[in-house]
Amino acid sequence: MHSTAVATSLTCALLPFQGILGALESNHCLQWRKQERRCSQKARRTLVAAQFELKPPPYSLNALEPHMSHEIIEYHWGKHQRGYVENLNRQILGSELDGMALGDIILVSYNKGDLLPAFNNAAQIWNHEFFWESMKPGGGGKPSGDLLELIERDFGSFEGLVREFKLAASTQFGSGWAWLAYKANRLDVGNAINPCPSEEDKKLVVVKSPNAVNPLVWDYSPLLTVDVWEHAYYLDYENRRADYISVFMEKLVSWEIVSYRLEMAKARANEREEERKREEEEENMSDIEAVEMYLDSETDESETE
Amino acid sequence: MALRTLITRKTLGLGLQSEARNLGFGFRHARELQTFSLPDLPYDYSALEPVISGEIMQLHHQKHHQAYITNYNKALEQLEEAMAKGDSSTVVKLQSAIKFNGGGHINHSVFWKNLSPIHEGGGEPPKGSLGWAIDTNFGSLEALVKNINTEGAALQGSGWVWLGLDKEMKKLVVETTANQDPLVTKGANLVPLLGIDVWEHAYYLQYKNVRPDYLKNIWKVLNWKYASEVYEKECP
Repeated sequence: MHSTAVATSLTCALLPFQGILGALESNHCLQWRKQERRCSQKARRTLVAAQFELKPPPYSLNALEPHMSHEIIEYHWGKHQRGYVENLNRQILGSELDGMALGDIILVSYNKGDLLPAFNNAAQIWNHEFFWESMKPGGGGKPSGDLLELIERDFGSFEGLVREFKLAASTQFGSGWAWLAYKANRLDVGNAINPCPSEEDKKLVVVKSPNAVNPLVWDYSPLLTVDVWEHAYYLDYENRRADYISVFMEKLVSWEIVSYRLEMAKARANEREEERKREEEEENMSDIEAVEMYLDSETDESETE
Repeated sequence: MALRTLITRKTLGLGLQSEARNLGFGFRHARELQTFSLPDLPYDYSALEPVISGEIMQLHHQKHHQAYITNYNKALEQLEEAMAKGDSSTVVKLQSAIKFNGGGHINHSVFWKNLSPIHEGGGEPPKGSLGWAIDTNFGSLEALVKNINTEGAALQGSGWVWLGLDKEMKKLVVETTANQDPLVTKGANLVPLLGIDVWEHAYYLQYKNVRPDYLKNIWKVLNWKYASEVYEKECP
């Protein structure tokens, strides 16, 4: 299943990148935690449960001042995100989701849009970890290298991307998120796979999503996100969401991490293509073998007779 | 529905602007199109303190509600143009903006009337036929409050929690709606008696992430008189 491939590739790709970058990739920590199982402190002694933890942002809570206040991060991370973690742990304890990696819980509980109870908490944990890691003190500026090239190809210019991202973020009605994502050969229809993939289909796209939904459920690779739930900006910007988004783009985005995520996404897409080619070859081989077997048995029969 | 009745009545009078504004509703004619303006609150911004801060009330009314009205008017103007040209794509494309912003205007217009300062009767439990209907439908007022608070706290993202009247079945219901969907999207016969805004902008500056505290406290300023009036009109 794609979800497992995604989770595994993220881990494998990251092992050589232990340092700061390794720590930044949320799934890596969660996979590791899955192996390092901890006993639940609740009643059942025989039950061993993997518990998700409240992972801190990769900077101190006041490091994004004055663009994002210490106070708002204290509430946003310390209360909202903590709530999602505690609620998810409670929800999955003893269930079939217990022990699964976060990415897998998200995909299973998304349930093709008919959300199961664990989805909101699981996805929001993932989204928030991804969000904190999308920012850095002294962020902003412009991307470079491969990322800038793809941006210019798919949005015309960096300014074009900024415009589209801001538009998505400000028109996501109600609660939700805006994303820059890498869409590797995915068609615009559900989980359909492009039968004739080409380089042009591996595109950068800007998408928006409501509440807890994220592009993992469409099998895209998220590269950047901004939280547009009101709790993400209200204490700092009140109703002025547009100001918050501008400041996010100009002062907070870590284009380094976006570039890194793009490299991972491209590697993952190539790996998947290789795997599919291998599977196709194996299928062809077994077809040929089946035909040969059929011919052989015919010959045998005639011989015995 | 109350809103439509009030606007229809206004067309009969001259000096529409000032008369309408005094009664909390205003509109101007742009050709045939009726557009909307921000209704006045029937109390000061700080009148609901300490339950809801003056800061929240001012932002909520002057920024959020106003923005819904501005965008609703814009969408209506664009819709009128598209309809005149027979531009079906645009007509259909505008539906979500109309639902969001029109819904926002409808819902908030009801909400301001759902609240009342304590010294003007805010928080006083319902008497008469509505009180009796609540006991019949929910067992007690306490049970209803608990029901609404549970639903309101559990709502994911943004939305509203309602006490509604099914005017066909003459039954009271508790419903939630997402984003700015009006209660009528949950049932064509549903009339809102009370709505509680659980968008974060309705409480965050004061209650932060603790939505249950906001819900617990808002009953102190809930205007049951208005709810009773609406109920008695539909169930005389």
